[in-house]
Amino acid sequence: MSRFTSYGPGIPGLDAAELSGWLIVIEGTDGVGRSTQVALLRTHLEQLGYAVAETGLSRSDLASRGINRAKQGNTLGANAFNLYYATDFADRLERQIVPALRAGFVMLTDRYIYSLISRAIVRGADPEWIKDVYSFALKPDAVFYLRIDVEGLVPRVLAQGGFDYWESGMDLPMGEDLYDSFMNYQRRVVQELDTLASEFGFETLDATRSVEVNAADLAQRVSMLLTSSEPQAEPRPAG
Amino acid sequence: MSAGYDLQEPGHDATEHPASQPGAGQHDPDMPQEAPKRKRARRGATVVSRAEGRSLYGSRVIETPGRLFIVEGIDGSGKSTQLTLLAQWLRGQGYPVVFSEWNSSPIVKSTTSRGKKRKQLTPLTFSLIHATDFSDRIEREIVPSLKAGAIVLADRYVYTAFARDVTRGVPSRWVRSLYRFAAVPTMAFYFRVPLDVALKRILSGRPRLKWYEAGMDLELDDDIEESYRMFQGRILDEYERIVPEYGLHVIDAAQPVELQQRMLRRAIKPHLAGIAQPGANP
Repeated sequence: MSRFTSYGPGIPGLDAAELSGWLIVIEGTDGVGRSTQVALLRTHLEQLGYAVAETGLSRSDLASRGINRAKQGNTLGANAFNLYYATDFADRLERQIVPALRAGFVMLTDRYIYSLISRAIVRGADPEWIKDVYSFALKPDAVFYLRIDVEGLVPRVLAQGGFDYWESGMDLPMGEDLYDSFMNYQRRVVQELDTLASEFGFETLDATRSVEVNAADLAQRVSMLLTSSEPQAEPRPAG
Repeated sequence: MSAGYDLQEPGHDATEHPASQPGAGQHDPDMPQEAPKRKRARRGATVVSRAEGRSLYGSRVIETPGRLFIVEGIDGSGKSTQLTLLAQWLRGQGYPVVFSEWNSSPIVKSTTSRGKKRKQLTPLTFSLIHATDFSDRIEREIVPSLKAGAIVLADRYVYTAFARDVTRGVPSRWVRSLYRFAAVPTMAFYFRVPLDVALKRILSGRPRLKWYEAGMDLELDDDIEESYRMFQGRILDEYERIVPEYGLHVIDAAQPVELQQRMLRRAIKPHLAGIAQPGANP
């Protein structure tokens, strides 16, 4: 029996018992340093001899172009955006994550349904509804949450070249200018992520620490996870 | 506050659903008898007939002055013809009419086409991309038009997704929840047609069936036409479950076109009271 299950009825047509490997999620708001940590973790795990695969938001073959086009023109309804992201996620789940797990990989994902749920809630979606939409998602082995306050986020954003339209929630908007909207928007996103952290049992890391400290912390936690558990069930022979 | 929305938990709030009362949703030879029908529709959760475009997005309920009439049925049921005739009739009387078609949101459509062309869509992504398209039309076309007091006519609605997606193996409860943001139609019509009649209409006129249209992704049969027949049959079965569940008004689509149109007009007429007719001739 596989340790992989979905939050709800699951992916149509998938036998989760076929899946082995590990599903590890790095969560956190925009600009918190997730991609850096994912890259470092990947190198670390590969050095230990693990086969590692990686995915992240709006990287699907199916929907990424459409999402980017819609973002440029801001020509899509807010709730349609939520569902476009859900489509993108489903495509990546079925065509990137599931195949990697079937092959026994360590699947690192730079954000998962939780970021998508929080940004949808901040944009007015009903929390129960959007969670239900994503209930087909596989439960990960672990979610590492790089947590930061919006105040701690500002210097990072400035260092990275300034405020982004979408990361500031300017489609809503939530303030008179980019800065005001960024502060209000990100405060709400972090608040929602915090709520999800306790609801879904994230392991929280203090993202204000240095990159090296966080990388070492993550490496240790993930190594422990991988050595304490066998890859989720051996692939079953066909038939 | 999301409770009471009639698309949310099918079966659980059946007592509040006016159309799930005995008799409603079944074919009634002398169709909507204005007075008793209206009275019945006003009881309980008056969403179906009286909400007039009430929309639920998250926990917000929007009451709008417009009317929303939708048609459903399998390919070849003649529903699009009927809706076009209805639109002409309404426009002729000066009513503001907005047409909304399934799978027509400009940006989302390109993704859907891409996925279909490459046979990349799974039952899950097929369902989600159509919900995305529908959501865009709800937000940017249907609800604004209803707010402006228009008569919105939709060729296919959420029930198309319920029927097709469940046929593809998507859980029935999940897809119903997915569409919870939909506006509740003033009236929803189901054009009931025997499978062989519909198949004959389609297959005699259009030789080239598309992959997903024929349900080839379900691997029912290697022959595309045979697959299409089986797929349509299963969708028809799903529709028959949906009709009583949501109280769709059944029109016998095997009848002559003019007769169906007369019934359709008679059915919606009581719901037109109070709608402005800016285009009417003095």
